[in-house]
Amino acid sequence: MNDLFIAGNQHKYILSPQKRNRDTLTALFFLIPTLIFFFIFIIYPIIQSLYYSFFNWKGFGPAINFVGLRNYEKILTDSVFAKAVGNGLLIVVLSLIVQLPISIALAIMVRNDMPGRSFFRTIFFMPFVFSESIAGIIWVSMFKPDPSIGFLNAIWTLIPGVKPLEFLGDTSQVMMCVFIALTWKYLGFHMLLYMAGLANIPREIEEAAIIDGASNWQIIRNVTLPLLSTTIRTSVYLSVLGSLQQFGLIWIMSKGGPVNASETMAIYMYRFGFMRLALGYGCAVGVILLLICLIFSVSYQRLVKQQDYLGGLYS
Amino acid sequence: MTRKLSVILSLVLVCVFAVSSAAYAADKVTVRWWHIFTEESQKAVCQKFADDYMAANPDVTIEMTVMENEAFKTKLTTVMQGGNPPDIIHSWGGGVLNDYAKAGLLRDITADLDKDGWRDLYGAGALETYGAGGKNYGIPNDMGMIGFWYNTELFEKAGIKAVPTTWSEFLADVQLLKDSGTIPIAVAGQDKWPAMYYWTYLASRIGGKAAFDAAYDRTGSFADPTFVEAGYKLKELIDMEPFQDGFLGSIYNDEGGLVGNGKAAMELMGQWAPTVQADNSVDKKGLGDKLGWFPFPAVEGGAGSVADAMGGGGGFIVGKDAPDEAIDFLKFINTAEAQATMAKAGMVIPCAKGAEVGLTDPFKLQIKAAVDNAPYFQLYYDQFLPSATAQVINDSIQGLFAGTMTPEEVAQAIEDSAAEELG
Repeated sequence: MNDLFIAGNQHKYILSPQKRNRDTLTALFFLIPTLIFFFIFIIYPIIQSLYYSFFNWKGFGPAINFVGLRNYEKILTDSVFAKAVGNGLLIVVLSLIVQLPISIALAIMVRNDMPGRSFFRTIFFMPFVFSESIAGIIWVSMFKPDPSIGFLNAIWTLIPGVKPLEFLGDTSQVMMCVFIALTWKYLGFHMLLYMAGLANIPREIEEAAIIDGASNWQIIRNVTLPLLSTTIRTSVYLSVLGSLQQFGLIWIMSKGGPVNASETMAIYMYRFGFMRLALGYGCAVGVILLLICLIFSVSYQRLVKQQDYLGGLYS
Repeated sequence: MTRKLSVILSLVLVCVFAVSSAAYAADKVTVRWWHIFTEESQKAVCQKFADDYMAANPDVTIEMTVMENEAFKTKLTTVMQGGNPPDIIHSWGGGVLNDYAKAGLLRDITADLDKDGWRDLYGAGALETYGAGGKNYGIPNDMGMIGFWYNTELFEKAGIKAVPTTWSEFLADVQLLKDSGTIPIAVAGQDKWPAMYYWTYLASRIGGKAAFDAAYDRTGSFADPTFVEAGYKLKELIDMEPFQDGFLGSIYNDEGGLVGNGKAAMELMGQWAPTVQADNSVDKKGLGDKLGWFPFPAVEGGAGSVADAMGGGGGFIVGKDAPDEAIDFLKFINTAEAQATMAKAGMVIPCAKGAEVGLTDPFKLQIKAAVDNAPYFQLYYDQFLPSATAQVINDSIQGLFAGTMTPEEVAQAIEDSAAEELG
C-alpha cells in the first residue's frame, strides 16, 4: 500500500496536464457503474434518512408532519439513548483492553512452531465463521439460568450452597454476558488480522534481536509490537466501529434488556423505527449514529492512521 | 463490430423475455395470502383451502407465504412501509390496523360484507376489531381470551382446594405454591408482552370499561388512580418473587417450557398456550389432563367484573391492491364449514356462527363461552392502542417487574405516550 502511494505521487508530477485529464476521464468512465450503485444504495438512502428525520412519520404513506429538530431534541435528552451510548463506549473500552491484547497473544502463540498450531488456529477462528444469530443462540443456551438447561449454571451450581446466576436476566450481569459472547465471536477475526501482520515482519529482524541476546519478552515488546503497529491501528479501528454499531448478537441475546440494561444505539434505532413505528425518530437516531461513527472515523484517520502514510514515506 | 452486434442481440433478448413474461402473467390472477399457521398440520389445512379453491377457479393462483409470528410482524411492516401490501394478511386488528387504514394501505370491504348476508356470520364486536372509522377492512377468524393456565397436580400438592377468584386469594395461593417448593408463576420478562397482561388485566378489573374508555377518548388519563393502583397491586405480587430465576431474560418459549414440563405451576396466557407448552416440553405432550384454566381473579372493590374478558385473536385483512378474487377467496376460507375445519385442527376458536361444531377441546369451549358471555370484552392493550403507546406500555411494565420503575412512573410514562398518540 505504501509503495503504491509513493508511486502515485511521482506519477502526478511526471505526467503532462493533458494526459492527466485524460487519465481522470478514463478513470471516471470505469467508475460510473460503481458510482451509480454507490449513489443509489448509499448516498441516496442517507439523504432520505436525513430528510425523514425532520418528520413525525410512521413509515406509511407520505411524510407530512414536519417537526423540525424535535426528534433530535428528544433523542439527546432521552436517558435511554444516553444509556445506549454509554453501553457502546463500554463495549469499545472492553474490546480495546481485553479483546485486542488476547488476540495479539493468540496470534503470536499460533505463529510459532507450536505443535498442532493449525488445529488451534481453526479452533480460535471458528466462532467468526458463525453468523451473529447463531452465536447469539449458542450463548443464550449457555447462559440459561436453569441449571438443568444452562451449561454455565450447571457448572456454577456444583459449588455447594450457591444460587444459580441469573446472567441475561439480571441488569448488572447482562453486559458482561454479552461482552463474553462478543469476544468469543470476534477474537478469531482480530487474531487473523494480527497473523497477517506478523507474516509481514521480516524474520531477520527478530533473528538479529535473538543474536543480540534479547529475551522473548524483549523481542515481543521492542520488535514485534512496534512493527505490528499498522495492524493494531486497523484492528482498533474496526473494533471501535463494530462496537458502536453492534446490533445482531445483543438483539438475539437480550433484546437490549432487561429494562434497557444492554441497549445499544442500533438496538435503540430498531426499537423506535420498526417496533414503535416511529420511523422519522428512528431515522434521526440513524443520522446521529452515522455522525458519531463518521466523526470517529475521520478524526482517527487524521490523528492515528496518518502516521501509516508518513511512516511509508520516510521509512 | 461483433461486439456491437452481440450487445444489440442481448438487448433484444432481454426485451423479448420481459414482454413474454408480462403477457403470461396477464392471463392469471394471483392472490397473495400471508398467514402465521406455521405448525405442519395447520399449514396443511391452509394449503388444502388454497388447492381446493384453485381447482374450482383455474384462473386464480393462491400464493401462500407462511411465517413465524415475530418474523411476520417485521416483514409485514417492511412491505407496508414500502406501500406494497399482500392481498390477504393475517392481522390482530386494533391500533396497527388503524395505522394501515389511515395510510390507505387497506381495501374497504364494507360493501362486500353487506352483500349476501356475509356480515351476519360474525358478532358485531368481533367484526369491529377489524374495522376503523366505521369501515370494515377485514374479518375475524379466531377470538379468545387470556386466563391462567395451571398445573392441577402442583396446585393439589400445595394444598390449594379451589382456584382463586379474588386477587388476595390469588396471592395467598402463590404463597402456598412457593412454600411447597414449586415456582408459582412462569413469565417471559424479556418478551415483555406476557408481563404486560398482568398490569392491563389488573387495570381492567380495578377500573372496568369506564376507566379504559375514558383514558382512550382522552376525557380521562392513563395516570388516573385506576392505572396507578394496578401497578401497586402488581407490585404486591412481584415483591413475593413468585417467578422463575432470571425471568427478565426469559422468552415466551422458556415460559411455555417451564409450565409444560411441570416446573412452574401456572402462566397467564391466551388460548394458544397448551400448544406452546406441549411444543416446548421434553416429551412434546405438555401437561395433558393435569392442565387447568381459570379466569383472572377479581380485585376486591374494583369496578370490573370477574366475567370481563381481555383477549383477542386473529383475523384477515385485505390489502389495498387486492383483486376481487381475493375477497372471494377470503369468503371461501371463512365459511362456517371452513372455520369448523380450522377449529377441529386446533387453529382457532372460531368466530363464524355455526362453526362451533368443530370445537371439541374442553378448554377452548370454556374460553369461547367466557368470551361470548363477557359483559365487557377488551382487546389486548398492546394491539388496541397505537404501536408507540403499546411499546411504552410493554417497556414500562418490564421496568415495574425489574423494580426500576414505580407504579406512578409506569402510569405517567404510558400517559405521556397516549397524550401524544391519541391527543
